[in-house]
Amino acid sequence: MHRSFIARNPSVLIFLAILALFTLGVTVLSEGFGIGLISTSFVKVLGKTLCLCLIAIAMDLIWGYAGILSLGHFAFFGLGGYMIGMWLMYERTRQIVVNALSDGVLPPTPEEITAGIGNQIFGVVGSSDFPLIWAFADSLVLQLAFVVLVPGILALVFGWLAFRSRVTGVYLSILTQAMTLGLSLYLFQNASGLRGNNGLSGLQNLPGITAPQSVVSLWFFWASALALGLGYLLVAWVVSGKFGSVIRGIRDNEARVRFLGYSVETYKLAVFTLTACISGIAGALYYPQAGIINPAEVAPIASIYLAVWVAIGGRGRLYGAVIGTAFVSLVSSWFTGGQAPDVPLGFYTVKWVDWWLVLLGLSFVLVTLYAPNGIGGLIDLLKRKRKETQP
Amino acid sequence: MSTLLEVSGVTVSFDGFRAINNLSFQIADAELRAVIGPNGAGKTTFMDIVTGKTKPDSGHILWGDKSLSLIGMSEAKIAQAGIGRKFQKPTVFEEQTVQENLMMALRKDRAPLTVLFFKPSKTDFTRVEDLADQIGLADALLRVSGELSHGQKQWLEIGMLLAQEPQLLLVDEPAAGMTPAEREKTTAILVDAAKTRAVVVVEHDMEFVRRLNCKVTVLHEGAVLAEGSLDHVTKNQDVIDVYLGR
Repeated sequence: MHRSFIARNPSVLIFLAILALFTLGVTVLSEGFGIGLISTSFVKVLGKTLCLCLIAIAMDLIWGYAGILSLGHFAFFGLGGYMIGMWLMYERTRQIVVNALSDGVLPPTPEEITAGIGNQIFGVVGSSDFPLIWAFADSLVLQLAFVVLVPGILALVFGWLAFRSRVTGVYLSILTQAMTLGLSLYLFQNASGLRGNNGLSGLQNLPGITAPQSVVSLWFFWASALALGLGYLLVAWVVSGKFGSVIRGIRDNEARVRFLGYSVETYKLAVFTLTACISGIAGALYYPQAGIINPAEVAPIASIYLAVWVAIGGRGRLYGAVIGTAFVSLVSSWFTGGQAPDVPLGFYTVKWVDWWLVLLGLSFVLVTLYAPNGIGGLIDLLKRKRKETQP
Repeated sequence: MSTLLEVSGVTVSFDGFRAINNLSFQIADAELRAVIGPNGAGKTTFMDIVTGKTKPDSGHILWGDKSLSLIGMSEAKIAQAGIGRKFQKPTVFEEQTVQENLMMALRKDRAPLTVLFFKPSKTDFTRVEDLADQIGLADALLRVSGELSHGQKQWLEIGMLLAQEPQLLLVDEPAAGMTPAEREKTTAILVDAAKTRAVVVVEHDMEFVRRLNCKVTVLHEGAVLAEGSLDHVTKNQDVIDVYLGR
């Protein structure tokens, strides 16, 4: 009766197969390793989309399965990006500084090197001293650990405070918005130690790597695909068993779960923290492909977009989150990238750069009203049709 | 028979209104008890207090052989200590199957990590099947519980309570909205459950209480008005005045 995890969840295998094929296809068509049909910049767009799909899976776990509408998960995504960005920027600047100083007669002292790096990185905010939070920026291992730990600890503290006080529903959503807004405002300050509104830049250049961007972009694309595949497997496994039953129970009737003897707050906190860690990893893979991260990335609107993607894709089903995110974010970059043709109406010309948001908002309203299961609902419909035709 | 639950001198006020007023109540192991009373008598508040949902302003609630105080414990902890609660409205997890509902309720370690790595054993499945049999849902194990009839949902919820293996079962109006045949079956399930544990049934319906054939506690304005067999309390002049006379 109790079959293996994959046998109970055939969609996981289908998803992984499609993802593998997609990765192979993009590689073959890329400039770096293939016939050059897909430009390097588009490989980056696709790689970034995979990262967005990964955070969408986290969003689906917390919202679609556990019923907690967090509107702050981009804070964790951004923090992941900042953590890896610190190492990338530090290490690359260090190499540049060392190279520049090595032209001198005397070999540079460590103090000179540190001062040089400080000047390079913090010159834009009128400083040259390293803030305390950069203490470990020279260690890739530690910064990689921070990619998971910093979002995880923030989520743990925030979630503990919020869930312990039994903040639920729209109040929790508002609180998470406040969290991401607070983080964004803090990062905007020059004194935050993360270069204020300049953010961290040049992240696409890997220190010590001379390979061209056409190749590096594919490395990140593969890493993103791998992370998405593993994330999908992990979340699918988490929601498949009794743990999944409990969190869906919390979504549908919190009090019942409580009176069954489950500590609802602990479960919520566990899911919130796990999804924050996944979001951090997604962000750490996203920003080296974007090349730059700044505080605007964690503005409240980003997390709202995330909810819109998941809603359009269909929440409570992981492939729905992936489909919705891939679809909406790719269409969005097409519309806002200036490629969509303007629509002249004679008296007015519809410019998609301006009107895309209206279209997105409208489709969100329509999906919420008429297709609460989103694009994923279509797949349910097809499944049911097939069942009916072949009993 | 030893005392399982002892409520003494408990008072709760909501905005100055005394929902429970110096209430004292005792129940022994393996006892079936009906609690009746007019609307606003404090029946549901009484359940809320025992299960930890509402904190009393004063009084003591002692539980089990070790006389553990339940005041200040979380709902989940109280449930783990052995008190199960059935809501007035059937509350089952409608999107999940009968089997999943029962499996979730089975008495097991409730810590998130244990639950995450939990794999149901053969015994667990057998236990779930036995429970489903007991509540007449053996054929519906793999059905989504949202599809069940009102009565079946009530039974499923009772089944989930039994799966928790509580020593005390608090049941809020189990027969509401049921057909006569369903009521009969509900009675049988509850009487059977009370053989091995204490069961407290809050009920409006006198006919249903008569069928339970057990000791009755009458609540009025948050305090016990009378206690004894149904015939005894229905002859009590106070009870007639406040409840039956209307």
